[in-house]
Amino acid sequence: MSDHEYTPSSKFGKWFNDRLPLLSLVNHLTDYPTPKNLNYWWTFGGILTFCLITQIVTGLVLAMHYIAHVDHAFSSVEHIMRDVNYGWLLRYVHANGASMFFLAVYIHIFRALFYGSYKAPREIIWIIGIIIYLLMMAAAFMGYVLPWGQMSFWGATVITNLFSAIPLVGESITTWLWGGYSVDNPTLTRFFTLHYLLPFLILGLVVLHIWALHVPGNNNPVGIDIKKPSKDTVPFHPYIVIKDAFALLMFLIIFAMFVFYSPNVLGHADNYIEANPLVTPAHIVPEWYLLPFYAILRSVPDKLMGVIAMLSAILILAALPWLDTSKIRSAVFRPLYKQFYWILVADVLILGYVGAMPAEGLYLLIARIGTIYYFAHFLIILPVLGLKEKTLPLPLSITEPVLGGSPNLAAARDKTEKIV
Amino acid sequence: MRYIIKFLIILYLLSISKSFAAENTAKFLETDWTFKGLFGKFDRASLQRGYQVYTEVCASCHSMKYLSYRNLSEKGGPEFSEAEAKAIAANFEVTDGPDSTGEMFTRPAKLSDKFVMPYANDEEAKSANGGAYPPDMSVLVKARKGGADYVYSLLLGYEDPPSSIKLDDGVYYNKYMYGNKIKMPAPLSDDLVEYSDGTKATQEQMAKDVVNFLMWSAEPHLETRHKTGFRVISYLIILTILVYFSMKKIWSRVESKV
Repeated sequence: MSDHEYTPSSKFGKWFNDRLPLLSLVNHLTDYPTPKNLNYWWTFGGILTFCLITQIVTGLVLAMHYIAHVDHAFSSVEHIMRDVNYGWLLRYVHANGASMFFLAVYIHIFRALFYGSYKAPREIIWIIGIIIYLLMMAAAFMGYVLPWGQMSFWGATVITNLFSAIPLVGESITTWLWGGYSVDNPTLTRFFTLHYLLPFLILGLVVLHIWALHVPGNNNPVGIDIKKPSKDTVPFHPYIVIKDAFALLMFLIIFAMFVFYSPNVLGHADNYIEANPLVTPAHIVPEWYLLPFYAILRSVPDKLMGVIAMLSAILILAALPWLDTSKIRSAVFRPLYKQFYWILVADVLILGYVGAMPAEGLYLLIARIGTIYYFAHFLIILPVLGLKEKTLPLPLSITEPVLGGSPNLAAARDKTEKIV
Repeated sequence: MRYIIKFLIILYLLSISKSFAAENTAKFLETDWTFKGLFGKFDRASLQRGYQVYTEVCASCHSMKYLSYRNLSEKGGPEFSEAEAKAIAANFEVTDGPDSTGEMFTRPAKLSDKFVMPYANDEEAKSANGGAYPPDMSVLVKARKGGADYVYSLLLGYEDPPSSIKLDDGVYYNKYMYGNKIKMPAPLSDDLVEYSDGTKATQEQMAKDVVNFLMWSAEPHLETRHKTGFRVISYLIILTILVYFSMKKIWSRVESKV
């Protein structure tokens, strides 16, 4: 893993490290040469790790008080909100934490799209990331079912019904998922179990994600390969650690504003009504972070094709390293790609908007155009663009575009050399 | 190009906030809630009056099953004294048991008891109200889009229907209700209750008091939340500033800017 051998200075340290190279790992993580031109869009990896840990810790405590039973789930949540010490805080952090998690993951994904971080040699990092994202959606969806409000129940009904679109075995699969003939107590208990399990799978994948990252090292805004370690890099600690900490704190301020001053603004009012299988809410809408895919699902008139379109919309991302034929990573040097990138951002936002609206009239038309464009971006525009686009000349190193002749250069080099 | 997109994004966010606000048929009535804002707190006297309106008017049909009588004397709520809360509880009868002979018995409610429900079950509630189920009011304010403003407007939104709308028996016209038809008759009228603190019991006053009370019942820790939130965010801002300068100092060793 490491480019150089590390020997602990103490005798015990050496003895221990020969048997379990934990200190070597710590040394690798602190010394890890990181491009020094990373901008703040690169801080979301650390922020996401924080989000995951927060969800796991708050989730564990909530699980101590929550009861996964159709008769008690809703009232146990109210018990948490009213009688458990700081239960309201735990629950609001957990619920808003899910939204903040997705906010951060979308920024993280779109950063990778802009700077071409998914391209060789980082395809595996990218694919693991997509799997993490899929698991996150599954975990979030099942978590939303647990309070057993109206949206929980009907959201679960709509989403699990999607499986019935599968030819021949669809109905049986749905019954199997439900553990009965409708969403009921068996569904709730298994969703709770899986909701508890998935974050730990995600945690494992995050370790792989970071491991895979540490083989080629970070991409950077210029998108060129750099020598490591060199004057283009800084050691992860303290440079990147303090920068990530600063960005995380800014993120936490926004997080805290939601938790303390508008904790329910991202949720849906109907979920404070206890689930009632006999009353269907006027609009069944998923949480905001699933809306673009919901729009894609509804834009296809056929149920099975809609499900396929929705799944493909996510899975197509896994093929992105091969769909994007351009050898240049960063959009900074791809003038045309940059424009298409922003159109894609707008397209996804528009899809999210129409996903929240009733699927009729103009909204449906917009959703259909948006869906077609989404797929065209990946299947037509990117492959063609990579071959046709005239890119700008790449700099030789990241110091070249950044450096304006700083008096601190020598000091920095001394520092780097000392550590390496 | 980037600016066009940025412009579109801003437009998008605006349209979202607009469409969420303007989806209902009529604009909600406005009143100044003391619980809104950074330091928002409940108006104690209003909460106490609100409880009076709830228990004398609403409670004949609407349950509040997640509240206990002890909540009435807890900090951040109406803050009745413990003796007052005990006296309030003692007005209600609850079924307890079985006793040592295996019989159920009734006794006056204690602080630890949940609010006594007006009906034994949903079916009884429905049959007594023309088939409509009076929703539990514990978290009602959070369970309705528009929250406190909506419930306040609804309480004051009863009108004679426009001539184009024909109403069945037992159905009333309310301009804030989804679909404008509601099975609850106008619950408030001037001087329906008599406030002990001398406040004049106008419809608006009672609506405001009871909605205050409902907001508290839906968010009993709202005051703590606001107070903690202010401390947490202040702490974060100070720490962020400190970390920012540390970062500047550390990065001054390398020529890149942060």
